[in-house]
Amino acid sequence: MTPRVTFAVAARVVAQLRRDHRTVAMLIVMPALLVTLMWWMFHDAPATFDRVGGPLLAVFPAIIMFIVTSVATLRERSSGTLSRLFTMPMGKVDFLLGYAIAFALIAVVQAVVVVSISLYALDLDIRGDAWQLGVVAVLDGVLGTALGLFASAFAATEFQAVQMMPAVMIPQLLLCGLLLPRDQLPDVLNAVSDVLPLSYAVDAVTGVARGNGFGDGAGTDALIVLAFIFGALALGAATLKRRTA
Amino acid sequence: MMKNAMAVTCRDVVVVRGDREVLHGVGFDLRAGSVTGLLGPSGCGKTTLIRAIAGLQAKVTGDVQVLGLPAGSAKLRGRIGYVTQEPSVYGDLSVTENLRFFAAVLGEPVDDVDRVIDAVDLRSHADAPVDRLSGGQRSRASLAAALLGNPELLVLDEPTVGLDPVLRRDLWELFHRLAADGATLLVSSHVMDEAVRCDRLLLMRDGDLLADETPQALLESVGTDDIEQAFLTLIDQRAGAR
Repeated sequence: MTPRVTFAVAARVVAQLRRDHRTVAMLIVMPALLVTLMWWMFHDAPATFDRVGGPLLAVFPAIIMFIVTSVATLRERSSGTLSRLFTMPMGKVDFLLGYAIAFALIAVVQAVVVVSISLYALDLDIRGDAWQLGVVAVLDGVLGTALGLFASAFAATEFQAVQMMPAVMIPQLLLCGLLLPRDQLPDVLNAVSDVLPLSYAVDAVTGVARGNGFGDGAGTDALIVLAFIFGALALGAATLKRRTA
Repeated sequence: MMKNAMAVTCRDVVVVRGDREVLHGVGFDLRAGSVTGLLGPSGCGKTTLIRAIAGLQAKVTGDVQVLGLPAGSAKLRGRIGYVTQEPSVYGDLSVTENLRFFAAVLGEPVDDVDRVIDAVDLRSHADAPVDRLSGGQRSRASLAAALLGNPELLVLDEPTVGLDPVLRRDLWELFHRLAADGATLLVSSHVMDEAVRCDRLLLMRDGDLLADETPQALLESVGTDDIEQAFLTLIDQRAGAR
């Protein structure tokens, strides 16, 4: 890994995103819009919104980041720029980490917007600290990015990449505790949910929302999410091939 | 590097794609400081061969030595300039932004960007997004990126396709200037009239090398002054020999 190259990739991805207003709007506005939609749905049942609102702050950023980044390396492959970069002193980790850093910056903006709107405009009632909720929301966005980059390394075409969303993200969405608390799942599914990253993303948010804080369980969940992020990037780098057919 | 050293040495190079063998044991040398044309019809294996030299092709057997190292060695990264057939630059960024990015990856100074923009004559479009450029301008932007850092070996996959004759002449002059400065160039083309501009020719068809000659020697050996005719004669001779 070469920091010069990693940051060159990150800066380039940010420059490209700055030209692509629709994608940036999708990434930053969409999670906030979806949370607002849920708030409206549960307008007459604010207690339910308080229960699901927290997990949504984990789920929406992760899914939206996943979709956008899962086509990222495919675009580079089909345009030939990935081939060119592989003839240059660029490590596979530089490439994926550069993307992750660029999207982490977006995730920070995304988290500030969605957490601010949830807490101050939609009156989402949480017991924990707003900044901790923000940190966890950023981690969840970056988790979606890392999983998207990993899935991207598997797909051969952009068409295959978009199919990864239902395959990778929807099962996690069902089992993460948003629809049914994980301890009420059948034993086998509960065990499955124990190894899925989105479960810990939701656990971390729920923990902060309940006022447990980083010192009291939520921090461990956040660290597990962080471990999944680096794990997904490492696996993505291992899967990305310099030599292709 | 020594004057007469070989920049690229290929021996018995076989490449399999899917369940098909697309290169059937190709062997040749590229002398350092020369411009070699890789000619042959579309689908004959030119791109596969170039990708094998660039270290990007999977399932290569045989020996491909590049600048004294096995193709694809980590130490070769940055010493080879590779231009893919489709312009491999970012369409949403300007020419300058693209080149600054690639220069940063290579660790080359920013002023090298100005040098390569001038080398491919894109000064007037330096700040335009690549997507807004014509096809020829895009492929020149892609070529400029390969020139960054003065690589010792340039492998160029059809860099002159769709360019007007004046520009093609200018680029071939550039290729020869680069070779005079010590670089080795392998330039693929399916346009036979570009053959006479090369120091040496590799003629390919269906994954085999038909000829490895200077243009003059090739024309004399088949008794014609037309490269296209020489190509046809060689194919007929091959068919007759079987």
